[in-house]
Amino acid sequence: MARAVTQRRKIINTAVAWSIGLLIFFPILWTILTSFKTEAQAISDPPVFLAFDWTLENYSVVMERSNYMRFLWNSVIIAGGSTILGIIVAVPAAWSMAFVPSARTKDILLWMLSTKMLPAVGVLYPIYLIFIKLGILDTRTGLVIVLMLMNLPIIVWMLYTYFREIPGEILEAARMDGASLKEEILYVLTPMAVPGIASTLLLNFILAWNEAFWTLNLTAAKAAPLTAFIASYSSPEGLFYAKLSAASTMAIAPILVLGWFSQKQLVSGLTFGAVK
Amino acid sequence: MATQHSRSAARLMMAPAVILLLGWMLVPLIMTLMFSFKKYLPLRGGDLGWIGFDNYVRFVTSSAFWPSVVATLAIVGGVLAITVVFGVLLALLLNQPMWGQGIVRILVIAPFFVMPTVSALVWKNMFMDPVNGLFAHLWKFFGAAPIEWLSQASLQSIVMIVSWQWLPFATLILLTAIQSLDSEQLEAAEMDGAPPLKRFSYIILPHLGRAITVVVLIQTIFLLAVFAEIFVTTGGAFGTRTLTYLIYQRVLESQNVGLGSAGGVYAIILANIVAIFLMRAVGKNLDA
Repeated sequence: MARAVTQRRKIINTAVAWSIGLLIFFPILWTILTSFKTEAQAISDPPVFLAFDWTLENYSVVMERSNYMRFLWNSVIIAGGSTILGIIVAVPAAWSMAFVPSARTKDILLWMLSTKMLPAVGVLYPIYLIFIKLGILDTRTGLVIVLMLMNLPIIVWMLYTYFREIPGEILEAARMDGASLKEEILYVLTPMAVPGIASTLLLNFILAWNEAFWTLNLTAAKAAPLTAFIASYSSPEGLFYAKLSAASTMAIAPILVLGWFSQKQLVSGLTFGAVK
Repeated sequence: MATQHSRSAARLMMAPAVILLLGWMLVPLIMTLMFSFKKYLPLRGGDLGWIGFDNYVRFVTSSAFWPSVVATLAIVGGVLAITVVFGVLLALLLNQPMWGQGIVRILVIAPFFVMPTVSALVWKNMFMDPVNGLFAHLWKFFGAAPIEWLSQASLQSIVMIVSWQWLPFATLILLTAIQSLDSEQLEAAEMDGAPPLKRFSYIILPHLGRAITVVVLIQTIFLLAVFAEIFVTTGGAFGTRTLTYLIYQRVLESQNVGLGSAGGVYAIILANIVAIFLMRAVGKNLDA
């Protein structure tokens, strides 16, 4: 009896949850579907869902016409470069805060977090001016630097949270066996820290890939990544839904896949460990 | 002795991150503060000298200021209300036993990974377009006249787009919090005959309090800075010019750097007020 009730509840739960899930996912699904339509089918009235002539034409048009590969490459360099650079700077800092904490560690961590709260628009002109003076406006180097600095607090926080979970006794044992600081980091700590570093890398790559304030304001033709490339579709000419969809699908597909892997780290990463 | 050694090593290892962040924070901040007290028009004469608090007064007395405050509050408040309420409901639902829970979770989280320019343009064109958008088809199907979403209901439209992007974040965090709830407590309450609504408001909601606070604070900081969604949809027209967008227009579009910088200082102060509360919530966790 009780069993039948729970079974029925499970069926209802499943139905409701799937409906809502699909509703929320629908804009993405619709974009993917539209990317395989012809422009005429993309705006047909009434709209067609699956019964259309699937075509890959939009993808080839987008790639040929708009130099898509360059934007993609800019995105990869900017997101990848800023993340890797950020990790290189953050690993030693997070390591020392996790294993050699001092009275001020907490204050330093909170201060780092506070730099993340600074509204970008408040410092837009200074950064713009500095970029012009240094000659790095509309360059990938400039964006790598800015996005690295922007995400550095999150990277330090995430690494700190992971490193703190590594038991200190292991380090003491290594020290007893005569390991130097360098050996300790290289052979003891690094292998244990790899999962934490990997998930930090993943989440921050996603954040940098999707960043759309600095990438829109500090790039023009040369260094524009996919965020800016897609924004150029906001003043279109003629029929463009299918091409917009193809370009959008290509821009979000890699991140959707990466996001799938990073969903576990998302919560602690984005709440700075406040919710675990 | 070993500790002495490792302490100085630790300081050395922290130095690059601290120095970089210090520079990143202080240099632009000092420049913004300096510009805000100057008449500074890069395209019309450049630096025209100190003018005291004129920019600060002019920024808040300009006719665009109060509408921008209203737009900002409407977007932040609207998105917070929608994401928190539906986030709690969705989290409760996703916490129930069902088939394919993992897949539903992915479907719900997916919008968070879509870059802002893509989601804004997809919504603008493929859903909200008054001729070819899906909403227009839907409205016509029910015999209603299609709405010109981004001009007639511009703020609501932006709230809808941004809520779609942030609902996954709220849901995911609230779900994590619900999963840490002691299920025995709930079962005991159920055995004692507490109806679902009472169980929700006396056990689940108090337990979620902290997570909701964190969601509200973190989202507020990001929502105050919403930019791309407005940039590619309305460009600040139809009452969607938020404080952030107003400052952006003053600084880069009309190149009135002094005025924009004064606005920037207001935005920094506002963000810091929110940040103080967030830091308290996060700081508490560090002690534990």
